[in-house]
Amino acid sequence: MPAVIRLENVTMRYRVPRERIRSLKEYAIRRVKRQVVYDDFEALHAISLSVEAGERVGVIGRNGAGKSTLFRVISRVLPPGEGRVYVAGRIAPILELGLGFHGELTGRENVMLQGALLGFSRAETRRRLDRIVEWAELQEFIDAPIRTFSTGMSARLAFAVATDVDPDILLVDEALSVGDEKFQRKCHDRMDGLRARGKTFMLVSHSLSQIRDNCDRAIWLHHGRVVGDGRVDEVADAYHQWSLGETDAV
Amino acid sequence: MSSASPRKRAVPPVYDSALQRPRWIEEAANLWKYRGLVHELVIRDIKVRYKRSVLGILWTMLAPLLNMIALTLVFSVLFKQAIQNYPVYFMAGSILWNFFSQTTSTAAQQTLASNEMAKRMFVPRSAFIASAVGGGLVNLALSLVPLLVIVVATGFPIHATWAFLPVSVLIIALFTAGMSFILFTVASRFADIKEMYLVIVQTWFFLTPVVYHPSIVPPKYRFALWANPMYYFVQTFRAPIYDGVIPSAGLVLGSLALGIAVLVTGWVFFCHRRDDMAYWS
Repeated sequence: MPAVIRLENVTMRYRVPRERIRSLKEYAIRRVKRQVVYDDFEALHAISLSVEAGERVGVIGRNGAGKSTLFRVISRVLPPGEGRVYVAGRIAPILELGLGFHGELTGRENVMLQGALLGFSRAETRRRLDRIVEWAELQEFIDAPIRTFSTGMSARLAFAVATDVDPDILLVDEALSVGDEKFQRKCHDRMDGLRARGKTFMLVSHSLSQIRDNCDRAIWLHHGRVVGDGRVDEVADAYHQWSLGETDAV
Repeated sequence: MSSASPRKRAVPPVYDSALQRPRWIEEAANLWKYRGLVHELVIRDIKVRYKRSVLGILWTMLAPLLNMIALTLVFSVLFKQAIQNYPVYFMAGSILWNFFSQTTSTAAQQTLASNEMAKRMFVPRSAFIASAVGGGLVNLALSLVPLLVIVVATGFPIHATWAFLPVSVLIIALFTAGMSFILFTVASRFADIKEMYLVIVQTWFFLTPVVYHPSIVPPKYRFALWANPMYYFVQTFRAPIYDGVIPSAGLVLGSLALGIAVLVTGWVFFCHRRDDMAYWS
């Protein structure tokens, strides 16, 4: 199987001002007083990893370990500071379901907008609209404003738009816990189907059980470095042991 | 194996951070690819603006009319300004001014929402700015309707030179887009730029001959007109409507060159800072 995601020595270094300066006025004053102090923060340190088509990879680690940064680098949101990122295939980001939805617009109008945000042409989205709505089981509500939808309903719609066209890579950021059990099962079925067709799946989650249930392989990040990478049960066990120790130490 | 350059398959898109073109070309290519998004965003903004209002889209046309009536009262009745058919004079200028001020303010105002979005999924930020320009153009086109109503109602001639207006609009659109890219970039970095800009735009409005005629400016202050780019853009737009003449070649070419220069500057500046924006907000 060829690698669909490959990171070579990726380092992400942020230059963060010690105090957050949000206004020009404040910045000018501090600049004059030479009070603009920056800290270098390495969110990712020389990360090299490769994911093959059809793998189900879970990413674990504490808050601030670099999980979100890793996802942003893979999904092209952040260009790598150093190193090289290679991704073959279309990514479906399932980060925050409903991001970009506008409450005043109807479900249908939001599907068009969401499709455009994912980079599809209007004609493409229009062609797929009925199928999306049908899968989300929202036929009766689709012309009502999204603000009248429940959280579960918007999540269903967002998931349907993101996964309707065969994505090659699914990036999931703890989004699967929304919606009722039936919807969750439906999401899992769809993702299993995608995996059966050789699609790749990456999941960031704090829930070890979610990682164990959905992934075959786990990557453990700590302070921006890969400290574990292997079969999901081994890495998850090691992480679990380690975090118990961490809690005891505190 | 890892250093071998990947063979591109025909179907799936390939992203390789080592093979990226210069940012200003890359961004332009992405903006073109996401042109459907620009279209959707323009529609969204129009729909959202009018969804909960009774008058709906009519409001776009009614607002400039009411504005015009108020200013006509102030300037032609109170100040007894000697401008023939003041309503047409004022509306022609204010339509153009509103396009510029609304578009640039929108670009500055939407930095927060746009950056939030672009931090979470891959989407070219320039699409949000392009949509502000697109929305401004739609409004400009709509506000030609009340202008026509006034022209007809006051018995003012509709000159054949109206046909030149698309060129005038193109020129101001270049300038406005360039300014929007600059403002978006600066406002992404500093949160107080939005408020500062509103004050600047307000002052700038009164320095531009929209409500008054340039001839009332005393000779020793004329330099303030000549140094004001909006003066030229207003002229290229108002002359075909109000004076019934096509602006001189010097004015047209000069303002076209200015528009292009500002757009190129804005684009390059925006692209240069593009990758920092995720860290700013």
